Amino acid sequence: MTVETPVSDSDGLLLSLEDVVKHFPVRTGSWLGRGRREVVHAVDGVSLSVSRGETVGLVGETGCGKSTLARIALRLLEVTRGRVVFDGVDLTALSARHLRSYRREMQMIFQDPYGSLNPRRRVGSIIGEPFAVHGTVTRSQRRRSVQELMELVGLNPEHYNRFPAEFSGGQRQRIGVARALALRPKLLVCDEPVSALDVSIQAQIVNLLARLQQELHLTYLFIAHDLSVVRHLCDRIAVMYLGQLVEVGPVGELDVTPRHPYTQALLSAVPVPDPDDTARHRRVVLTGDVPSPIDPPSGCRFRTRCPRARQVCAEQVPPLEVRAGSGPDHRTACHFPLDPGEPLGSLEVPPPPVLEEGRQ
Amino acid sequence: MTPPGASAPSELGTQTEDPHLQSAPATARSIVGRSPWRLAFERFRRDRLSLVALGVIVVIVLVAIFAPLIAKGTGHGVYTQYPTAGLTPAGLPRPPNAVFPLGTDDLGRTLLVRIAYGARVSLLVGVLATLLTVSIGAALGLVAGYFGRGVDTLIARAVDVMLSIPFLLFAIALASVVSVTPLHLGPFTLGKGVPIVVLVIGIFSWATVARIVRGQVIAIRNREYIEAARALGASSWRIIVFDVLPNVLPTIIVYATLLIPVSIVAEAALSYLGVGIPPPTADWGSMIADAQSYYQQAWWFLTFPSLALLTTTLAFNILGDGVRDAIDPRGTAFKA
Amino acid sequence: MLTFLARRLALGILVMWLVTVIVFLIFYIGPGSADVARALAGRDAPPATVALIAHRLLLDRPWYVQYGHFVWELLHGNLGFDYYHDEPVTSIVAQGIPITLSLIVGAAPIWLLIGVLTGMYSARHPRSVLDRVFTTFALTFYSTPTFVLGVLLILLLYYQLTIHGIALFPGSGFTPLTQNPFEWFRGLILPWLTLALVAAATYTRLTRSSMLDVLGEDYVRTARAKGLGERRVVWRHALRAALTPIVTQFGIDVGTLVGGTVITEQVFGLPGLGWTAVHAIEEQDLPVIIGIVIVASAAVVVANIVVDALYAFVDPRVRLH
Repeated sequence: MTVETPVSDSDGLLLSLEDVVKHFPVRTGSWLGRGRREVVHAVDGVSLSVSRGETVGLVGETGCGKSTLARIALRLLEVTRGRVVFDGVDLTALSARHLRSYRREMQMIFQDPYGSLNPRRRVGSIIGEPFAVHGTVTRSQRRRSVQELMELVGLNPEHYNRFPAEFSGGQRQRIGVARALALRPKLLVCDEPVSALDVSIQAQIVNLLARLQQELHLTYLFIAHDLSVVRHLCDRIAVMYLGQLVEVGPVGELDVTPRHPYTQALLSAVPVPDPDDTARHRRVVLTGDVPSPIDPPSGCRFRTRCPRARQVCAEQVPPLEVRAGSGPDHRTACHFPLDPGEPLGSLEVPPPPVLEEGRQ
Repeated sequence: MTPPGASAPSELGTQTEDPHLQSAPATARSIVGRSPWRLAFERFRRDRLSLVALGVIVVIVLVAIFAPLIAKGTGHGVYTQYPTAGLTPAGLPRPPNAVFPLGTDDLGRTLLVRIAYGARVSLLVGVLATLLTVSIGAALGLVAGYFGRGVDTLIARAVDVMLSIPFLLFAIALASVVSVTPLHLGPFTLGKGVPIVVLVIGIFSWATVARIVRGQVIAIRNREYIEAARALGASSWRIIVFDVLPNVLPTIIVYATLLIPVSIVAEAALSYLGVGIPPPTADWGSMIADAQSYYQQAWWFLTFPSLALLTTTLAFNILGDGVRDAIDPRGTAFKA
Repeated sequence: MLTFLARRLALGILVMWLVTVIVFLIFYIGPGSADVARALAGRDAPPATVALIAHRLLLDRPWYVQYGHFVWELLHGNLGFDYYHDEPVTSIVAQGIPITLSLIVGAAPIWLLIGVLTGMYSARHPRSVLDRVFTTFALTFYSTPTFVLGVLLILLLYYQLTIHGIALFPGSGFTPLTQNPFEWFRGLILPWLTLALVAAATYTRLTRSSMLDVLGEDYVRTARAKGLGERRVVWRHALRAALTPIVTQFGIDVGTLVGGTVITEQVFGLPGLGWTAVHAIEEQDLPVIIGIVIVASAAVVVANIVVDALYAFVDPRVRLH
């Protein structure tokens, strides 16, 4: 296990996930009533740290475990194994009561601007709920504080008494942001906050988050399913595949010289401003489906879809480490990392056929 | 941090996003926002049949409240027997006449006043039993649905058992047991009468409410706004009261409205069978039971209490349908 | 499927066991039991007699002895003996069952037929005159307490007709089917109508809403779009789906009625299970009450299992839960 060293000094570390594992027990095929108990390996040994003031993007396809990881980071889900250290405190060891005081310092912005706001409560009461829960603002002051928050996120404070149904998707997401900011948290986990919005609205919310980060000195863990959104906002990017990190690095480096084939594939899926720039835009389409997290492939989990996979990929799990030719903060979990600028394709020497053990 | 491409609006878009909502002149009406309750009320107000039913119910309630005034106005007490004026020489009830507008019963008492007093029992039991049923059912349904696991299994089994018990048999058995030997609960003694009838109805009716509420809570439990509340550090009880309950309340209210006539009928049935409200209290169910012996001689004795009961339950059922249509126009509340 | 049934059966047994516990709690150690021995002995009996009776009925033993004895006897199909005549409760129940069953067997087809047909018509012609008529009738009968409908039917169809020389129906009483099928039928028409009209109202409403839902579904629109005749769409495609909630309701209603014809039997003086129970309650004859309650609960449990099994057979998704 490689414990990551933060970008800045270790005092600046705000959140550190240490070898986090999350397994969900499930029953499958049980119409006969004797279903097998199986385990979904949602997150399998992820270590990731976020420094104060930093924005880390967590990218991966739907179902790769990134949302589970986000919920573990806030202890909305319990870990199966591993530790979550927030501001020097191991959250996984906290009692429910102690945890509640830490909840003030870390908040979440949700993906679905429709599902994340209670349709039966007025906006003022939704944004003011954190004050009510923690008693940080007296009842008489609450309305004022809520309206300040509304102004901060670009909502009309006069809409205090409206219901969520009376707002557009983008405005609803602003309400979610205001609620998350009410307790002045240090860490904001954004779970695909713009993926449910119209493209024209996405930039507004991203810009809002960027402005708020500067004004309020926030730290973001920003989750997205592709790189197009996070590359504008993030300092570092972590790429996740099937419950594990495959590559972590500073945005400029990872964006330009990805070393992991999966990152390369993800990058190529992002539209570029200039379509004639074909040198940069060589589209790589991955074949095959994501394997089931109930029964992940041995060795490197990406090997079943990787054009470069060879025998060793099925046998050994590639460690997430700095590869020759990368910068000091750029780590890749691949036995055969791409050279900077190398297109994703098979190696010159055709590899022996991939062992399909453990999968049918 | 790179700014997004030039094509995207670079400003914080309070204007661009939805100019109409954002910059519309702030009239009080648009700012306050119309709550789901208000919308339901406005739908209800357009439902003429339900308004008529509501009017009938208001009249019945007024009759119940002012029953003593009716007694005073006619000069006939509710328990007073009029052996000469109220009974024929053969000792049979007298038909409606100038003195007794709705006729008299087998003991020569005035039906008009007794029916008015009967409304008190019916409404009181109907409302109290419904409140009890809904309180027990909603509380258990919320707890079972929200917490799941062992609590849920326990409550779900209890619901299964309660739904397997033949209500009427059990109710009359329990009511009769208690009426022979009053039940002592601390300082309270439950014998015959309104409290035991309310209790019996409540005990045997909560299961359906619990089942419906539980289903709704399970549908709501995994919504993101519940998770958001947990992320804020809200306790389970706070989430249940402030986030879950408001979303199941419409269903509970609709069900409660429809439960009132059911409770009224249950009370009348128990009284009809002689284990409900004991005589001489004026009660529609026991009046009908008494009248059954005289139906060949005194149709009014049987008909008027029956009509009173029927009108009341019909009005409440129409109102209940109207409330359901107003609160849940797409008919989703009971699908859970 | 077998596992599903086994699980469902186990649940049914658990429910029945809990019912016996509740019955036992209410009646045996509940407030009523203390007076039984005294009531049986008669008002002026010496205390020794009372004690002897109490001892004979195990009323002086701890509750677990009583409960053990109760369950033991129950498992042997023995519901005990009636307090007053020493008649086995099983034979008392056996006397009541044919009458109650006669009621259900006659009423169920009537209400099902009336309810489903009117409900389907209403769903196919919403807002038509007949729809409004059916809906109004349904709401009215739905709001009518059984005993009110029963006594009104007696008043109008029995008494008024009889005094005008049209003696179509007897007012009360029961003739066994084996004795005289015609009299059996004649005597049960009014009770059947009483039960059926109240129940049919529920089915009209249920069928109407269920059918309206189904007719709005995409696959029904598809069936129409591909040119199927309206009759075929309604009877073959829509009705089958709309029937599911109706069949569920029907199964449960039939099961519930075993202990739910109390009022009808009382109104028409039919000595079925409910009538017997009411009279046992008046006499505080606990073994009879308990016996009937247990039989009636068992009917509900069995009906639920049958409905679930049918359901699982028709719709495989159900077995998942």
